[in-house]
Amino acid sequence: MIEFRDVHKHYADYHALRGISATIREGEFFSLLGPSGCGKTTLLRTIAGFEDISSGAVLIDGRDMAQVPANVRPTNMVFQSYAIFPHLTVAQNVGFGLRRDRRGRMEKDRAVAEALEMVGLGGYGARAAHALSGGQRQRVALARALILKPKVLLLDEPLSALDRKMREQMQVELIKLQRQVGITFVLVTHDQEEALVMSDRIAVMFEGEIAQLDEPEALYARPVDRRVADFIGVMNFLPAEVLGDGGEVVAVRIAGLGIVEIPAAQISRAMPGDPGPSVGFRPETMTLLGAGEEPRGAVQVSRGVIDEVVYYGDMTYYDIRLEGMGEAVEPVRISMRNVFGRDVPAVGIPVRVAWSPGALVLFR
Amino acid sequence: MAARGLDREARQGLALVAPPFAYVLLVMAAPLLVMLATSLFLFKTGYREYVEGFTLANYLQVWADPIFRALMLRSLWVAGLVTLATVVLAFPVAYFLSFVVSPQRKALWLFLITIPFWTSYLIRVFLWSVILAPNGVVNSILDFFGLIERPLRMLNSVEAIVVTLSHAYAPFAILPIFVALERIDRALLEAGRDLGENRVMTFLRVTLPLAMPGVVAAALIVFIPTIGDYVTPTLIGGGRVPMIANMIQSQMLDQDNRPLGSAIAVTAMLVVAVLAAVFMALNRRFLKVRA
Repeated sequence: MIEFRDVHKHYADYHALRGISATIREGEFFSLLGPSGCGKTTLLRTIAGFEDISSGAVLIDGRDMAQVPANVRPTNMVFQSYAIFPHLTVAQNVGFGLRRDRRGRMEKDRAVAEALEMVGLGGYGARAAHALSGGQRQRVALARALILKPKVLLLDEPLSALDRKMREQMQVELIKLQRQVGITFVLVTHDQEEALVMSDRIAVMFEGEIAQLDEPEALYARPVDRRVADFIGVMNFLPAEVLGDGGEVVAVRIAGLGIVEIPAAQISRAMPGDPGPSVGFRPETMTLLGAGEEPRGAVQVSRGVIDEVVYYGDMTYYDIRLEGMGEAVEPVRISMRNVFGRDVPAVGIPVRVAWSPGALVLFR
Repeated sequence: MAARGLDREARQGLALVAPPFAYVLLVMAAPLLVMLATSLFLFKTGYREYVEGFTLANYLQVWADPIFRALMLRSLWVAGLVTLATVVLAFPVAYFLSFVVSPQRKALWLFLITIPFWTSYLIRVFLWSVILAPNGVVNSILDFFGLIERPLRMLNSVEAIVVTLSHAYAPFAILPIFVALERIDRALLEAGRDLGENRVMTFLRVTLPLAMPGVVAAALIVFIPTIGDYVTPTLIGGGRVPMIANMIQSQMLDQDNRPLGSAIAVTAMLVVAVLAAVFMALNRRFLKVRA
């Protein structure tokens, strides 16, 4: 559908895109995720045609877009500021792109009404666009883009200006809308949660490069390096010492967890800035055992002391200092769902934690 | 509590506007009232002979005077031409400033544009007479290249007045249009392109409508003072193409008929006020420009 072939973008003295190669599939909800300045918006704008590329190629439906200006590309965009025309009504905004459409006026009006209906703004056509709320503006921007039946809908941080409730509601609506219209959505976001919730696949970008392109589950469970692991969700890192590489498995000694054999499938790369080999795991993959509680399944048990308790209502984070992890290492963070009737242990109490080697990722 | 706080705020506000208000009262309202009174309560019957008491005779005379009508129409025509020329010429300059000049250099460009206007209005008008004179800059150049046999007559014409006034008011048109263009969210232009319009159509459907408040402001700023311009018809028109201000001056000073001169001035003001009001109403109705 959309193919990037070794795309580079140089500004005067800044290398914004550093060899992007990736393919976005037809009909998928694809996200470009990364911190600000990573090049994700620049990359999105190369699809729309607002940004020339210095070298490489951007293809849509197998066609090189180099000589195709923005106004004839089969893409439409929802801008971060929504870019609603303030001098037009809602209906005029939505119908803006229909000028060259050869249908009659009645049919165009009907198409506009249908598009507004689709985004939940039925009956708003005659309103002045400048009098709309943020959420309504966004819906107008969506209707205005989708009415042209693009092959690709580009969304540039469309939810960042909304409050949390509205944002969560729009996330669900966008997913439904994408299923309904069945076209490719490309979303730019710096919000990892948003990307995880909405996307079929996510490209995580750092400094003009795609660090990892994967499905949300894979991205979360198996980050390719510590940057990705850090950016998406919370991950604990413990220093590890590689004892032996058996090809299939690697034996490591992990501070606080002891000697563990890690399968090759769970090994990611270390980055030049990393403080040596380390092992990472997500907070929910470790379980705090109650007094006398026996661990279930193929797990191992370690001992530690509660260093900090952070209560979130539905769940609690426990920072735990494991036995033998040393003073220099940050305590590990464990998250536990709060079950009715079970006490939340207090700071300073010695505890046991159950964990599974299958949840560990080795960065070496 | 709240009411008292508000009172104090109101009092402070009044104290703040009092000096400029007094100033406006003294130098704007008072002369206007004197002029209005002169036109309504005095009528000149002979040399230094006046009839006192309320009268509309001055106004009847003004409206019956074909010269007044001719000069008023010429003033409106010249002001219209000047407005058209100024806005049409100012728009590209403002567009260039807003869209082409890099942000760091905008201040420099604005500075450069206003440099010619550091000299007084009078001198600039006079310089145009040097440029357009029979032995002036334009004719000398044309003659040097052998393009003309006799010097072109350019002064003492409506065209020369329009050229001079268009130049004189250029920055007053450039600045409001520039400000309007600066306020346009650049994403709107990308949105226009994204929705299938090329650059020209995006300009016509997005940039131009959004720049209209600036264009309207520019038109009013140029049109209104131009109608009453006195210096340019005198210096560039050489008295051959007088405008309404010249007629007022003539009545007031040459003919020493202040009541009639005042009546002409008040009438001209009313005409301009009505025109401006109609313009604003049409503007609100059809252009839907929100200033």
